[in-house]
Amino acid sequence: MISLRELMTKRDAFTGLTMGNYALARGMAEAGLRVATSYPGSPTPEIGAALLSVPEGERPYYFEFSTNEKVALEIAAGASMNGHLSACFFKSVGLNVAADSLIQLAMMELIGGLVVILGDDPGANSSQNEQDNRHFARMSYIPMLEPATPREAREMFLEAASLSRRLRMPVFLRLTTHVCHARERVDFGPLPEGLPGWEPRFDPKNGPYVPVASTVFPLKEKALRKQDEFGRLMDVSAMNRLFPAASGPARLGIVSAGLPALCAAEAVAGAAAPVDVLKLGCTWPLPAGKLCEFMSAREEIFILEDLDRVLETEIKALAFDRELKCRIHSRRERADLMGEMTPPRAAAMLASAWPDHFKAPPPREAGEEPAARLPQLCPGCGHRSAFHAIKRALPPGAITVADIGCHSMGFMPPYEMGTVLLSMGHSVSTGAGLALGNSSRKVVSFLGDSTFFHAAMPGIVNAVVQDSDMTLVLLENGTTAMTGHQPRAGTGEIGDKIPLPRLLEAMGVKFMRDVEAYKQAELSAALKEAMDHKGFALVVARHPCMLKFMREAKHKNPALKTGRVAVDQSKCARHYTCVAEFACPSFVRHDDGSVTVHPELCIGDGSCVQTCPAAAIVREKPGEGK
Amino acid sequence: MAFNIYICGVGGQGIGVLAAALAAAAEAAGHSVRGCDTHGLAQRHGSVSSHLRLGGDALTPRVPEGQADVVLALERLEGLRGALYALKPGGTLLYYDTVYQPITVRTGSRAYPAPGKVAARVEELGGKAVAVAVDGLADPRMQNAALLGRLAALGLVPGLTREVLRGALADTLGGRNLEANLAVFDKAAGAA
Ligand code: SF4
Ligand code: SF4
Repeated sequence: MISLRELMTKRDAFTGLTMGNYALARGMAEAGLRVATSYPGSPTPEIGAALLSVPEGERPYYFEFSTNEKVALEIAAGASMNGHLSACFFKSVGLNVAADSLIQLAMMELIGGLVVILGDDPGANSSQNEQDNRHFARMSYIPMLEPATPREAREMFLEAASLSRRLRMPVFLRLTTHVCHARERVDFGPLPEGLPGWEPRFDPKNGPYVPVASTVFPLKEKALRKQDEFGRLMDVSAMNRLFPAASGPARLGIVSAGLPALCAAEAVAGAAAPVDVLKLGCTWPLPAGKLCEFMSAREEIFILEDLDRVLETEIKALAFDRELKCRIHSRRERADLMGEMTPPRAAAMLASAWPDHFKAPPPREAGEEPAARLPQLCPGCGHRSAFHAIKRALPPGAITVADIGCHSMGFMPPYEMGTVLLSMGHSVSTGAGLALGNSSRKVVSFLGDSTFFHAAMPGIVNAVVQDSDMTLVLLENGTTAMTGHQPRAGTGEIGDKIPLPRLLEAMGVKFMRDVEAYKQAELSAALKEAMDHKGFALVVARHPCMLKFMREAKHKNPALKTGRVAVDQSKCARHYTCVAEFACPSFVRHDDGSVTVHPELCIGDGSCVQTCPAAAIVREKPGEGK
Repeated sequence: MAFNIYICGVGGQGIGVLAAALAAAAEAAGHSVRGCDTHGLAQRHGSVSSHLRLGGDALTPRVPEGQADVVLALERLEGLRGALYALKPGGTLLYYDTVYQPITVRTGSRAYPAPGKVAARVEELGGKAVAVAVDGLADPRMQNAALLGRLAALGLVPGLTREVLRGALADTLGGRNLEANLAVFDKAAGAA
């Protein structure tokens, strides 16, 4: 199997079986990319893993995981203004964070080119919503290309980069989760020879780059002009693909884009009548000429898309304007606006318009669902220890607020810690709002340390200056754990260390306790003290991410034998605190009521030992009890 | 028609290696391959799945509900869940018989299925369930190798012979514990 590093550095053309994100990263190298930036977030972090697989000194590009998406986008935009081909990538909701600067970019002359890569998530596989970022293309006048496969992810990146450089404007490349993570064979091209140098080519004369009263309209005019020009190019682009019916031009047609278009093509293969599928490569601006030609030649079309009625609204408006006779169908049910398209769903939607040609697959009868398996904190995770201790210290009626990160899993049973969640870094300020005028219910907000740097600092400063009567628990695990352990600012992995307590003190936090999360009694006491403090109080609950820690330890010493704990059966009094309250996944409850420890899961950290009221959990030495 | 393989397990079990080895083997056997993995939060001990579709008429990467010819699972409960979601009549569920209790089982609110129950429910779907387990594995991740070995021996996927799968496993693992993994593969393959 080809290694990531080989994938990124092979000079000549080759083919390989690979994932969408990796194919895209190789495409970046082939395009002669100079600068890439990101904030980690599913479904895109593997693009970063591929870029990082080349040792720093040998990279033909500069890459960083920035502190948040806005920072990442600004760095990429700045580099582009200096003439360097740049790209920025993040998850769907990351665009909300970046939006303040993004919205200006179409007005700027981005002389080096800039591709903004979005990992949208229909189906909310790993996001807090299904937001449809196609709306942003319209709002920001930034064109949007939509690949459906790993192969297209690479091809369309190359196309986006070249169009962006040529028109000196930003271009969106919108991927969705199962394009990022799809696997197929991809043909790769050679790497370019002789990249342009690093000399800074910024010149205000290319601008203006300052949108103020007198310049806003000329700049907006330019943005709109470029958008129209892009649309004309898309009319003749090979990125629009026709899946023609075998029997020649059909009476019926489907217009779609991205993965839904491939679902349509699969559904059509089982249809009773010939149907043509037009798959658009670019969904903003729409290739109006191409679309009119397709619609004029057909009696009826169906617009098939995921999420919001974006294509539908635009295409219906176009058909109205041009007075086309073609009948236009679209999705009917509210449920059709939710979740991700599959070929059977496509068939069901098409059947609503064309019942003679398509059949909705019968619902699957598989009987009772087996026990669900929701994600859990890892064995030994410091957050578990912290939640266990905090839960014991909370008075009845307390309101707990979660933030984004592994700790947001705490809202599920048995912890039920963190029962409101909006966005990255919201927890401090939502907590401050919940504390307003509230003297009867304590408010405790949780925050991860990567999120702290990402978006929580303004909220903390606000809570400090307003002296909000609440407690913030900063769960410091030293990494961006949930998305795969990308380094965060301040750990010393990138740049210098930024000790959190010192930073918080400088930000004006007056009440602060810094506790090792495994010391549960100490943490409970600190939390009580913090809640008793009138005004803003902060508790740092510190423990390294154990998944990362154990991986690194095993990497350094493959023969490493970890210890374990065991349940002393003579002492166990069937309290079930370990299984049902502390709930490390390593504990196993047997049909006879006894509890043991799963040898494949336990890492032997011992954070559970203190939780057993009967003191029945005992440590085993490495190698014992096998 | 595409030949669909639905692979599933518990996050952290190394399902990615299984999927990568199978994809490589399928290509080596001359199939065109399309597939897709689960990433993100589910990897923290949640249910995870990976999809593999062989044949040119598969345009999309995920195995549609109820259309899997083979469900390959790294854990018993996930095997049952995978079969209930994906297995088509006449298909086979092959699972590694290990038990990871989800929280609802540990708190006593749900039951964990016995092997007989899995077999019976898969039969109701018109399929067949096969369990595999190898004693004394040095590392639980070697369960992947056992599953592939038995898959080869049962000849469940067209073209995926013992040689092809063994070669793909070796290629996917590179140096990592190769000898031991191949020994597990052979043991599981021989026991069929
Ligand atoms: S990855 Fe790290 S922080 Fe996240 S649940 Fe696992 S141990 Fe905890
Ligand atoms: S010692 Fe084992 S059982 Fe106890 S918390 Fe750690 S991993 Fe879980």
